[in-house]
Amino acid sequence: MSEPVPAASEAFHTEDMTISMGPQHPSTHGVLRFVVKTDGEVMREAIPDVGYLHRSIEKIGEKVTWHGYVPYTDRADYLAAMFTNQAFCMAAEKLGGLEVARRGEFCRVIACELNRIASHLIAVGTFGQDIGAVTPFLHALRERETINNLMEEICGARLTYNYIRIGGVGYDITPETCGRIVELLDHFGPIVDEYNRLLSYNKIFIERLANVAVITKEDAFQYNIVGPNLRACGIKWDIRRDIPYSVYPELEFDIPVGTGEKGTLGDSYDRYMMRIREMQESCKILRQCLKMIPKGPAISKVARKFKPPAGEVYVRVEAPRGDMGFYVISDGSEYAYRVRIRTGSFTAMSLIDKISRGLMVADLIALIASLDVDAPEIDR
Amino acid sequence: MQALVDQLIQDGYFQGVPREVLYAASMALAAFAVLSFFVAPLAGVTSWLERRVWARMQSRVGPNRVGPQGILQWLADGIKNLLKEDIIPTAADKWLFVFAPYIVFVGFLATFVVIPFGGQLIVADLNIGIFYLLAVTSLVVVGILMAGWSSNNKWSLLGGMRSAAQIVSYEIPAGLSVLTIIFVAGTMSMQGIIKGQGWAPWDWFLFYNPFTFGAFFLYFTAALAEGNRTPFDIPEAESELVAGYVTEYSGMRFLFFFFAEWGNLYVIGAIATTLFLGGWQVPPVTDNPILLGILQFVVFFLKAYFWVFVAMWVRGTLPRVRVDQLMSLCWKYMVPLSFICLLGTAAWMVIWPRGNRLASVAMFIWGLGILALFFRRVRYQIRNARPEIYLKPYI
Repeated sequence: MSEPVPAASEAFHTEDMTISMGPQHPSTHGVLRFVVKTDGEVMREAIPDVGYLHRSIEKIGEKVTWHGYVPYTDRADYLAAMFTNQAFCMAAEKLGGLEVARRGEFCRVIACELNRIASHLIAVGTFGQDIGAVTPFLHALRERETINNLMEEICGARLTYNYIRIGGVGYDITPETCGRIVELLDHFGPIVDEYNRLLSYNKIFIERLANVAVITKEDAFQYNIVGPNLRACGIKWDIRRDIPYSVYPELEFDIPVGTGEKGTLGDSYDRYMMRIREMQESCKILRQCLKMIPKGPAISKVARKFKPPAGEVYVRVEAPRGDMGFYVISDGSEYAYRVRIRTGSFTAMSLIDKISRGLMVADLIALIASLDVDAPEIDR
Repeated sequence: MQALVDQLIQDGYFQGVPREVLYAASMALAAFAVLSFFVAPLAGVTSWLERRVWARMQSRVGPNRVGPQGILQWLADGIKNLLKEDIIPTAADKWLFVFAPYIVFVGFLATFVVIPFGGQLIVADLNIGIFYLLAVTSLVVVGILMAGWSSNNKWSLLGGMRSAAQIVSYEIPAGLSVLTIIFVAGTMSMQGIIKGQGWAPWDWFLFYNPFTFGAFFLYFTAALAEGNRTPFDIPEAESELVAGYVTEYSGMRFLFFFFAEWGNLYVIGAIATTLFLGGWQVPPVTDNPILLGILQFVVFFLKAYFWVFVAMWVRGTLPRVRVDQLMSLCWKYMVPLSFICLLGTAAWMVIWPRGNRLASVAMFIWGLGILALFFRRVRYQIRNARPEIYLKPYI
């Protein structure tokens, strides 16, 4: 008699909308592209499409000399160039069996931790901007500016430092600079509190991030999430403590882990707070280093034509975006046989597809921002 | 305006000219005067001031090159945008694309018909003034939807859709808050509402009873959302939707949208001032009508512009909410609360039909207390804020 009523899904056939988000998009932190399938505002999937910023930095490593490759490593992650410098130099030193000058090691740690603060400032600043608060971004950049000035004073460059060299560091840190770093730290401690008042404990900000894009411990292991993103899942793993290098074993510092303070363990808010806490820890490390720094040369004697014996080595450092590894093979010549860089952002990208299903478009922005991915580091 | 024309005809001017022509001419004249001598400079200066205020909050300088302190920046920007190429995407729906900015602009500009500038200064004191206002501001959403749809860009479409959902939803709490005041005032005429209040703060409808006090904040929040302002600026959320519904616009068409947005800030302030803050009411200090008119204009303008500043302040402070949070805020909290305000005020009027002076004064003192707490908090924040340090660079 009466015709069967078609199900709503049949009656109103809707199509998913495919949006290409990027490579030119305000909040993809460089040139990243996501192919986003959405049903209105809800995402069906978001597939990352990487490779827009590939500069074949790894290949260049096979074509330039060991010393000459250090400036190239700067470009692998230009927000945290010190760490790529350090990782490559550590690899070369390990291959060549070199001792690093002790003062040089301290200079490295000082420079690296300053760089970590600068990098995390960018991370939390852009995080605020992606959520829609522009003021914290500019406040973060203002603080970063003072760190950049210090970096300029230390090594003459503000972004791509080329400071850490094989065997030590390029330039010694002068006592005056040490004084200015202390001045900066005295200034910076309360800044973090100010930042918390302005952004971290803002109700809207918490609502936007708590319980959003939760990464479980299992996912974090399976997708090889590293660094602050891993620690936000509640796993206390830090290369500086667990596979110690440089002078980190002599320093006292805490490793902040996520607690799920405003929502679930491993949500975006935890990942955000990780950066805030790590900045405070870096301040602690810097203060200790400035007290402990010994006298002596900043760089040990290294042959100008550095030719490490044949062999292969894998070194890891704790960069702001997590465990950064350099796998370097030497065949005994003045060029490396193979350089491979393993970065935290790249593995984090593989997780986005899984986590982003069912999130809103605005949450994808929060997810990318909270993973602190960095396009140059992904593609290299 | 009509009264003025009638007066002039009675005095013997314009002999032989049909009355309708005179009315039309006077309307055109008023529209021209309001647009070119008030709205355009106002929206322009607001755009400049917003950038300056915002820059100040972000420890930047902001535009300070064109004219003293950069106050003429808006003229330079306007000329620049006029000279720019007007790009219409090939895939766009051309007619809708071209007309969308005008509809937004008309929807915004038509509000100035009933917005008072002073005791005598108003283009038309309609007896349904506030109702008319709610109606024409809804026109904006049509323009935004047209812009979002016709651009043939997915970001624009998402922005347009978000905007439509947002504006339509927030009309309700805004309308209900306005209705609360219509209850109290017993009229919908803008001048009538202002005349129902006094110059003293405790005579304002803001402090009439606790419910109108709440309705004010509901209205202001809803108005921010209707004006697509932070924290409700999701239709043009630059970090999510590139630029939302204005993504494909350039040149003067682009500027029309923002002209409307900045001008709209003043409209929000003016409505809030009219409804809740005593409008142009001034203490009886002078009998000179011209002086009184100027005083009323200044008082009204300052009250209204204060809320423009608050909107800038909010924009400089808060992040943006998400679409679903925006909707739940509206439907789960603001709509019920505005109903409570409405019914509470109705009950209040049954109990005290002529208002309760004691309650008004108590509310006023309470409001002052809140203000004092707020300023204490701000002072605490400012004291704890660290100014920039200047580490001497070595060069």
